[in-house]
Amino acid sequence: MGEMEQMKKEAEALKTQIEAARKAAHDTDMASAASGVAPAPRVQLKTRRTLKGHLAKIYAMHWCTDNRLMVSASQDGKLLIWDSHTGNKVNAVPLKSSWVMTCAYAPSGNLVASGGLDNMCTVYNLKTPVIKTVKELDAHTGYLSCARFLSDTEILTSSGDTTCVLWDLETGKQKTVFLNHVGDCMCLSLSPDMNSFVSGACDSLAKLWDIRDGQCKQTFQGHTSDINAISFYPSGNAIITGSDDCTCKMYDIRADQEVISYQDAALNSGVTSLDLSASGRLIFAGYDDFNCNIWDSLKGEKVGVLSGHDNRVSCTGVPGDGMCVCTGSWDSFLKIWN
Amino acid sequence: MARDMSDKDILKMELEQLQKEVKNTREPVSKTTKEIYEWVEAQAAEDPLIKGVPEDKNPFKEKGGCIITCDFLWQN
Repeated sequence: MGEMEQMKKEAEALKTQIEAARKAAHDTDMASAASGVAPAPRVQLKTRRTLKGHLAKIYAMHWCTDNRLMVSASQDGKLLIWDSHTGNKVNAVPLKSSWVMTCAYAPSGNLVASGGLDNMCTVYNLKTPVIKTVKELDAHTGYLSCARFLSDTEILTSSGDTTCVLWDLETGKQKTVFLNHVGDCMCLSLSPDMNSFVSGACDSLAKLWDIRDGQCKQTFQGHTSDINAISFYPSGNAIITGSDDCTCKMYDIRADQEVISYQDAALNSGVTSLDLSASGRLIFAGYDDFNCNIWDSLKGEKVGVLSGHDNRVSCTGVPGDGMCVCTGSWDSFLKIWN
Repeated sequence: MARDMSDKDILKMELEQLQKEVKNTREPVSKTTKEIYEWVEAQAAEDPLIKGVPEDKNPFKEKGGCIITCDFLWQN
């Protein structure tokens, strides 16, 4: 038997063993386990703000930790910083490349980052008298799909080159390369304790990584298409994913498997983005069909919908204090709901 | 990056990962999901998007019509 044949045989045997171990742990699922939990109330949120200012599709948004400012990125070639309370634009950052796919706010509020088809992550300082580019992180060989700051000195990126990278912002160099996906990485989410992160990719897998040792610890299967959105559950022991297969799923980290799927036969649009309410009870998932559906994360039922955009909802974000949800769309507007 | 890797190297990477993951411990779903929903239930009482935000405490409440009050000092 050739070496590759031998390896394939061994891999299949290990996959069978892992599936058996998962099955042995699968003595129930989330909906059944939570059957005694009172249903979530029907959620009817109103649009409180419509933020107008971008001139083209919005691809990403991210809240600042002050729960008031937020950054949005559009293929009009700009990052806009908004004061969500007043609805005013606080800053505009012109981008060298208009093909932006992601933006991020540093926890300190001092820096923002963006990246996209230029394969780079550019970091800007908002606190200098004139906004300055402080670093251009240039080593990915594919598009930048997502970026998240750990601090003013470290940022994590995910890329179409199938890797995620932890960068040192003082040197501009890669500290750690996380390589294990075999498809474009589309999204990432940091754990609440900042020791790990999860990534979702076009190989239909979500992976859990240890930030410090660079190792992939767990792989979650079940989706049948690209995973476009991912978020740690606020309790830190589960993750929620959203996919082009039109479903969202919760994967339980300690049971190492899917425990509930959020889907509806009538829904045949891919999930583009998602975020969670403060307790994790509600999942806000943006879809290609212009809506953002609200799911009860414990029961698997749809409990509301945010309708109002005239094009795909491309990004969704709940601020740290959980006071609202923001949706951004290809219709060029951002809406704030509560 | 996986794109530059040969099929053999990709297979080797996948195999090594499976060899690591097969050793992971897996807790019963009944135990792990219970901890999750108990955590959520404890937090849900304070979740603004579930319990609602009172109008007077809502920083995003719609800006209503403004009543501009001016005190004119008429001078002769």
